[in-house]
Amino acid sequence: MKALRFTALGYLAALILVPVGVIFYRTFERGVDAAWHSVTTPEAQHAFWLTLLMVVIAVPLNTLFGVTTALLLERRRFRGKSVLNSLIDLPFAVSPVVVGLALILLYGRTGWFGDWFADHGIRIIFSVPGMVLATIFVCLPFVVREVQPVLREIGTEQEEAARTLGASPAQTFWRITLPAIRLGVGYGVVLSTARALGEFGAVAVVSGHISGVTETATLRVQDRFESFDPVGAYSASVVLALMGAAVLLTMNILERRRRKVA
Amino acid sequence: MASLPARPAIAARVPLAGGVVVLYLSVIVLLPLAAVTAKAFDGGLGEFWEQVTQPQAVAALKLTIGVSLIVTAINVVMGTLIAWVLVRDEFRGKGFVNMLIDLPFALPTIVAGLTLLALYGSRSPVGLNVAYTRVGLAMALLFVTLPFVVRAVQPTLQEVDRDMEEAAASLGAGPWTTFRRIVLPNLRPAIVAGSSLAFARALGEFGSVVLISGNLPYKTEVGSVYIFGQIENDNVTGAAAVSVVLLLAAVLLLAAAGRIGRR
Amino acid sequence: MAIEATGITKHFGDFRALDDVSVNVPDGSLTALLGPSGSGKSTLLRVIAGLEEPDSGVVRFGGREVTHVSAQDRGVGFVFQHYAAFKHMTVRDNIAFGLKIRKQAKDKVKARVDELLDLVHLTGWADRYPAQLSGGQRQRMALARALAVEPEVLLLDEPFGALDTRVREELRDWLRRLHDEMHVTTIFVTHDQQEAMEVAEQIVVVNDGRVEQAGPPAEVYERPATRFVMEFVGPVTRVGDRVVRPHDLDIRHEAEPGALQAMVQRVVYLGFEVRAELLPSDGPALSVQLTRAEADELELAEGDIVWVRAGRAPASA
Repeated sequence: MKALRFTALGYLAALILVPVGVIFYRTFERGVDAAWHSVTTPEAQHAFWLTLLMVVIAVPLNTLFGVTTALLLERRRFRGKSVLNSLIDLPFAVSPVVVGLALILLYGRTGWFGDWFADHGIRIIFSVPGMVLATIFVCLPFVVREVQPVLREIGTEQEEAARTLGASPAQTFWRITLPAIRLGVGYGVVLSTARALGEFGAVAVVSGHISGVTETATLRVQDRFESFDPVGAYSASVVLALMGAAVLLTMNILERRRRKVA
Repeated sequence: MASLPARPAIAARVPLAGGVVVLYLSVIVLLPLAAVTAKAFDGGLGEFWEQVTQPQAVAALKLTIGVSLIVTAINVVMGTLIAWVLVRDEFRGKGFVNMLIDLPFALPTIVAGLTLLALYGSRSPVGLNVAYTRVGLAMALLFVTLPFVVRAVQPTLQEVDRDMEEAAASLGAGPWTTFRRIVLPNLRPAIVAGSSLAFARALGEFGSVVLISGNLPYKTEVGSVYIFGQIENDNVTGAAAVSVVLLLAAVLLLAAAGRIGRR
Repeated sequence: MAIEATGITKHFGDFRALDDVSVNVPDGSLTALLGPSGSGKSTLLRVIAGLEEPDSGVVRFGGREVTHVSAQDRGVGFVFQHYAAFKHMTVRDNIAFGLKIRKQAKDKVKARVDELLDLVHLTGWADRYPAQLSGGQRQRMALARALAVEPEVLLLDEPFGALDTRVREELRDWLRRLHDEMHVTTIFVTHDQQEAMEVAEQIVVVNDGRVEQAGPPAEVYERPATRFVMEFVGPVTRVGDRVVRPHDLDIRHEAEPGALQAMVQRVVYLGFEVRAELLPSDGPALSVQLTRAEADELELAEGDIVWVRAGRAPASA
């Protein structure tokens, strides 16, 4: 067992722990001031703000979709249910770059709806709406897939009991179902948030990389790196890594709560 | 009593909620994918085939599938091993290590690529430079796919009945034999599930490979990077065509592993 | 409130759970739906509750048709086999749920809940969570919860099935006494014939989606309408091609017309009762149930040759 343990730990250290450590080191290599400065420039601040905007729009929308869809799949019978169920997993099979491509094909200048949106003065591509659509696409499955098993496990009895006690469908949902699934919802939200924070490929295609306008934090990392500004790249990475660590901790806490209840 | 849904127990009425859900799904997912597929065959089957058989495209696809397979294979071994250690071993800091497994999920892919580059790139503090090589490419993919097999195997391993292993031991089986003949067969569904997700992820990975691989055509350029390049060069049809191939591969794989629609 | 279910048919896909079932439950009575697993008894209960809609048939409460009225509006109290406790609420909140839904005044709610907690002997547990209660306590809580809104009908789906034997007996007793006090029309589902016999005033025997017989326990036991009812509701012994209750067989040391000759293979003492296992000269082994008194009088010993025949009650062929 010792040998297995050291192999596992060695692998994890080499692949994950040490590289992340190096980032922190490189960030402050030229001093804390330099690092601080590079994450507080107007462009940097805008980048982080934009990333958070993506999260704040995409995650709640997705959560609404996720809970509704999970309820539909686990509490109703209807034709085409298995088709719907299969479609949910599609975003896992699509490369982010392809997502970006697809959005350009739909909403770009020469796209299917390009003219309509142009006529109404709405820019999707090279603008925030396109990036939001890309983020929503990649986050789609997370809440559904976390809530579904919980709904299945708790069964319908509590809800039936509530009904016999006079509760309307809405009351049943708010007072009985929702509290029972909240850990699943929470976990799904955390996973979606992490995915939204980290989205790169799709927004890389769709944004046009316009620094200060359509550059998210992840795009900024690449931009700074390719502009030979390593401190800029690493410091932005550290901020994202810290956000990631916060996500990680939340995941851990929720996971432990889940295991306690189970 | 079977858990058959009786009357509407929840707020949503099927027609309305169902309609909204389907609309959302269509607009967000189906429509975009339809657009890509349509574009790929815009110039007819011939044009599609020509784009897909471009030497550079073929090289990219071959590399992508090849590296993804190797990375998945490594993940199966290391992922199972790590899961085993997390479930069966006890040591200080195990909780921390367990948390670490989820880091690739929590970290943006571009940051993941950068961290690997920092340690194993041209300014490597350990003198190991894999930038612009296939090894670097593989490492990036190993990073982002790490959690899939581990997290799939862990719960299953936890539930495996120890009695079986003890029975095997009492019958004279050594630890490796017991693992191979008793534990592993029980883990197979979880490994298949986890590795198929890992493979699908590796096929389409972009952010983490973009920096470390150097994107050298025919050498370290993967499918997603090729597609990106074609978009930049305004060869949208070519990009769409190769996209369809990657998409098909991933969808078929997930379907075969019974993953799609299983939950 | 009397309950009438007429011509209820219910399918689940291809499976026919109920086939033209009709049941009459008099106002204030305590009825058992008795049958084996998969017989449709739970389905029938759920149709009455409004948790399932029948494919055809009519359900009436006190003469009023409620077939298509949702469970929410039927005013039934329902108790589930696995309690269906609201896990995230305290015992008090569980019981108060129906009252809170009806927006009753806080002090009224508290008073009623306290009353019910007292009724089910859970007063000290009001602020605990269901997970902290034993199975029996959870079921008492579930009962209190169902009774809180003063339903006109109380339905229980195998309410004691998940509990230990002793707890089961206690609660059975308790349900009977509760019913005697409150006279709410009560229907409970069970597969345990002893439970049905002990608790119910009327037993409806259900099998394979159909009602085999409905009547008071004595009638169902003594005058079973079908072979199934006879075999399900009490012990049976086969004599030749007839099916008889083991305690309805008489043993004699002398030959009699119509009696079967048999050898005593074993005499088993079971406390108050004695079981004599006999091997007839013609036919498979059978057992006869005797009281201690009867056994002592006969002075049976292994190897004795005796004559056995059906006693007073008619057997079912």
